[in-house]
Amino acid sequence: MTTQAPLDPSRSSYYISDALYRDLIASFSEWQHDALAVTDVFVRDEFRQLLEREARLLDQLRYDEWLAMYAPECVYWVPSTPNGGDPRREIAIMFDDRRRLEDRIYRMRTGFAWSQAPASRTVRLITNVEVFSTADADKRMLRSNFLISEFWGDETRQLTGWAGHRVARGEGGWKIAAKQVNLIECDQSIRNPSIIL
Amino acid sequence: MTALEKVGSPPTRLEGTELHDWDYLVQEDRAHRLIYTDPAIFEAEMTRIFGGTWTYLAHESEIPKPNDFITRRMGLRPLIIVRDAEGQLRALYNRCTHRGTTLCRWDKGNTKSFQCPYHGWNFLNSGKLRGVPWPEGYAGDMHDPKYNLAQVPRVESYRGFIFGTLSMDALPLPGHLGPIAEIIDQWLDRNPGGKVVVCEANRFRYKGNWKLAYDNSCDGYHVAYSHRSLLETENRFAGENAKGMAYYRDSPDAQPMYMRYTGHGNHFKDKRPNLEQRPGGLWALESAHPGMEHYEAEFIKRYGHRAFALLDLAGSEPVNINIFPNLSLLGNHIQVFEPVSVDETNAIWYGTMIVDEDGSLGDDAVTDINALRMRTQEGFPNFGEVDDIANFEQIQRGLMAVEDEWIYMNRGFGIPGRVKTLEDGTITAPATDEAFMREHFKEWKRLMKARANFAIRREP
Repeated sequence: MTTQAPLDPSRSSYYISDALYRDLIASFSEWQHDALAVTDVFVRDEFRQLLEREARLLDQLRYDEWLAMYAPECVYWVPSTPNGGDPRREIAIMFDDRRRLEDRIYRMRTGFAWSQAPASRTVRLITNVEVFSTADADKRMLRSNFLISEFWGDETRQLTGWAGHRVARGEGGWKIAAKQVNLIECDQSIRNPSIIL
Repeated sequence: MTALEKVGSPPTRLEGTELHDWDYLVQEDRAHRLIYTDPAIFEAEMTRIFGGTWTYLAHESEIPKPNDFITRRMGLRPLIIVRDAEGQLRALYNRCTHRGTTLCRWDKGNTKSFQCPYHGWNFLNSGKLRGVPWPEGYAGDMHDPKYNLAQVPRVESYRGFIFGTLSMDALPLPGHLGPIAEIIDQWLDRNPGGKVVVCEANRFRYKGNWKLAYDNSCDGYHVAYSHRSLLETENRFAGENAKGMAYYRDSPDAQPMYMRYTGHGNHFKDKRPNLEQRPGGLWALESAHPGMEHYEAEFIKRYGHRAFALLDLAGSEPVNINIFPNLSLLGNHIQVFEPVSVDETNAIWYGTMIVDEDGSLGDDAVTDINALRMRTQEGFPNFGEVDDIANFEQIQRGLMAVEDEWIYMNRGFGIPGRVKTLEDGTITAPATDEAFMREHFKEWKRLMKARANFAIRREP
């Protein structure tokens, strides 16, 4: 009789399942309804702060603190089509579980990630923050627009689009359960897409 | 019958005088920087190479139904690849015969005709002009074939891969592919029904010449260094069971893998002999991917001993099959190189999924295999290709040093017995040799020198 090892999502990926994909597709469809928009300025400001903090931590390459903003079983999703699509049958620009996000960070820290040696310098502007309630009182959807100025190599370029965050209330407060990053040029060829968006 | 229009040797701005001494620029063991940096050479390549030989255009799964179309380029020529109303594959020039406007600005769709947004000329997807606004304003006959769209005169598909050429001298496609067709067959036939379907892509642009990507396609020498961050990341928990391309780290030439040149600029690198040939052998090599432990447990529960053969369908096939000048089948990807300018290129990694046409696998298995297969395919572009294209950009930058003229492709060159020509004329060498590059540059040079016999075609 062996004892079941604890399922550490940093080491093994049991939570990415067909049920998760279906839930993810459903939760990122048809959620931006005016009737569900949260108008309370204090609530909106709380989530605006969360998004601003995420942007600052990424600009400062403080990846451990950034990842701590995410739920243990999280999804980071950058679709390659403007409508998000079905990640079970479409290649995404990025579709990471927690372990692959940690891979992404690990790789950049090896010192041999030539696409980030030297690392890009970024400044992120986050605007148009809207908060939407869901059927579950402990889950909210956030919509924000972003403009990332990225200096890499020999030029500064702009990556822009909008992000959807699914946040869930847990023991440590609100955590990001899923982030969908919708680049406006998601279906076009992109130079050196190697930063975390 | 269709009308062929001879276009003779490709027009370049220096027509009549050869641009360069090609034998000087490409020697047996080295190449001159100008072939990567000279805009005039790039312009000549866009006819003599792209269209001058069989050039990959699209995959049939992207236009499965009659009247489906997809817009692509052959070199810099904008094309509409259509399956017309009769089901025939055509590569129409996306260029109105009136004033040259592109007719179609959408990536893909389904239509029987294309109407020019400028003056309203309307063309059937056979390329035939259907009508123009107020035809009484023209003295001549608007049924003159000169008004029908130009199209690539030779379009052929090999098992779903659609190629086109303007060259009337090129061999028919199967003969042109020659021995590499069998390797393409193997790449396809491991999938149910011998089929794959294209499903979106990881799309990259880099500031470098297109040949930097083709020179990389069979290169076993760069893996241990250019992809060091990938190899370290993939193996951070692996212990004894090395994952991914870890076999490149120590003495890659002592491994059974090899490269082979098959003619016409085509080559492949076969890493399959490094693997244990058993169900699950491919899967065992996969590094960590989202969902892999869940799906593996689920498959074992559901399918018992069949599970590992199914999981192999989500695993990455360890072979690179490179069809000059712009196609590379590797892992499960269909990678396409699109020149943009002398120092700008798109490298597009189309993903593929499996289909279950005879229903033998069942919907759940197909959905789940593809869900895993999407995640395995995202691994290399995200953690490997980004570092290669960063290095391609730095080559382009390095080659701006005008006086330092040569790059070397002489690994394995001049060592007796190392590079072997086999009975069928193919050339084999250890995995890190640059023999593939020396050989594809011979084909490049042949095409650049040729007095080409090119044509375009219009419906009569």
